[in-house]
Amino acid sequence: MSSRPELQAPPEIFYDDAEARKYTSSSRIIQIQGKLTKRALELLALPDDGVPKLLLDIGCGSGLSGEKLSKKGHQWIGLDISQSMLDVALEREVEGDLLLGDMGQGLGLRDGVIDGAISISAVQWLCNADKSSHEPRLRLKAFFGSLYRCLSRGARAVFQVYPENIDQRVLILNYAMRSGFSGGVVVDFPHSSKKRKEYLVLTCGPPSINTSVPEGKGEDEESCSDDETSGDEERQTVSISDRHRPRKKQKTNRGKGREWILKKKEQMRRKGNVVPPDTKYTARKRKARF
Amino acid sequence: MRLLTHNMLASNIKGVTNGFPLRIEVEKAIEKQVDFNPEFLKNMFTKIHWKALVDASRIMGFAELPEEADSSMLESDDFLRNFHHALLELHLEEGALVCPETGRRFPVNKGIPNMLLHEDEV
Repeated sequence: MSSRPELQAPPEIFYDDAEARKYTSSSRIIQIQGKLTKRALELLALPDDGVPKLLLDIGCGSGLSGEKLSKKGHQWIGLDISQSMLDVALEREVEGDLLLGDMGQGLGLRDGVIDGAISISAVQWLCNADKSSHEPRLRLKAFFGSLYRCLSRGARAVFQVYPENIDQRVLILNYAMRSGFSGGVVVDFPHSSKKRKEYLVLTCGPPSINTSVPEGKGEDEESCSDDETSGDEERQTVSISDRHRPRKKQKTNRGKGREWILKKKEQMRRKGNVVPPDTKYTARKRKARF
Repeated sequence: MRLLTHNMLASNIKGVTNGFPLRIEVEKAIEKQVDFNPEFLKNMFTKIHWKALVDASRIMGFAELPEEADSSMLESDDFLRNFHHALLELHLEEGALVCPETGRRFPVNKGIPNMLLHEDEV
């Protein structure tokens, strides 16, 4: 059975009390969510003027991501479909407001009032049809359409997503573009299967310099070095000698040769070191049984 | 739920053209202290639908906001304090939000409005 939660049950059922509990007790989940949120905020690139913004957290769950937003001083509104997760958020006493809602039904928000939106591991749920009335395409359209309207001009939306395959990624991106967003996908650590994370970076409004998609982490070797574990191992070159090469050819560059040794001995002598005299035995190979 | 969120929320039932503002039915309202930040208030002022905020705060039992407001009033500290209190410190804990056009009730429990739509409303 697949480990993807999307394939197990609809979100409002999958995230039951037991699953929601993990989001308070598991430090691992908390740490991962924190990291993802931090990166999403980085990509959101809010102007650094110290003015708190009104942000939207789609699929806020237990408010782990919202806490990071509060820490930065922003006000936020969180939307989630799972009552259990929102109950956990209440227990954690998050500072933002919570809404029980389904993003696939469209966000019921006034036009142009939100300064930015983030979503951590939620949007891929839209690709599933969990009820007979669900049509993923319509739900994606409703979601991105309403999101576009409620964001102010030039605002950004950053969604960390786990698409199941290329088709899903294309589908999500397609509907985002159709709604009027510009932007694309930023992939962090594309060569690692575990660390690989995808972020959909969307900008509200026509393409301009500001809407260019930022670069992912770990794409080239330089930025790879910030993860210490893999860096050193990857740089070592491994030489593989071909075992089918003729033997004589392999022997040719063994040893430096008599001339090189004589030269070195001369150098040492000039330095004043004690060096054995040159004889006919100099630089001769030892017998195999030595 | 704060009035800030109420001021942003609109009913998005299929066919509703003007789902804003949602009428508030109060069963229980509470107040929570929030740090005062004039920068945020000034930034938000342009986005706030003032009449909706005034009406909402009256229903919640806070009548200090003036009927009309313009950006010159943001200089006054008293005004900002009242604005801050209405926007961020008044919480609707139990009650409901009612769509102005269809009369559909969205219940509010433990401060969380249930905005889930039925299948025929999408």
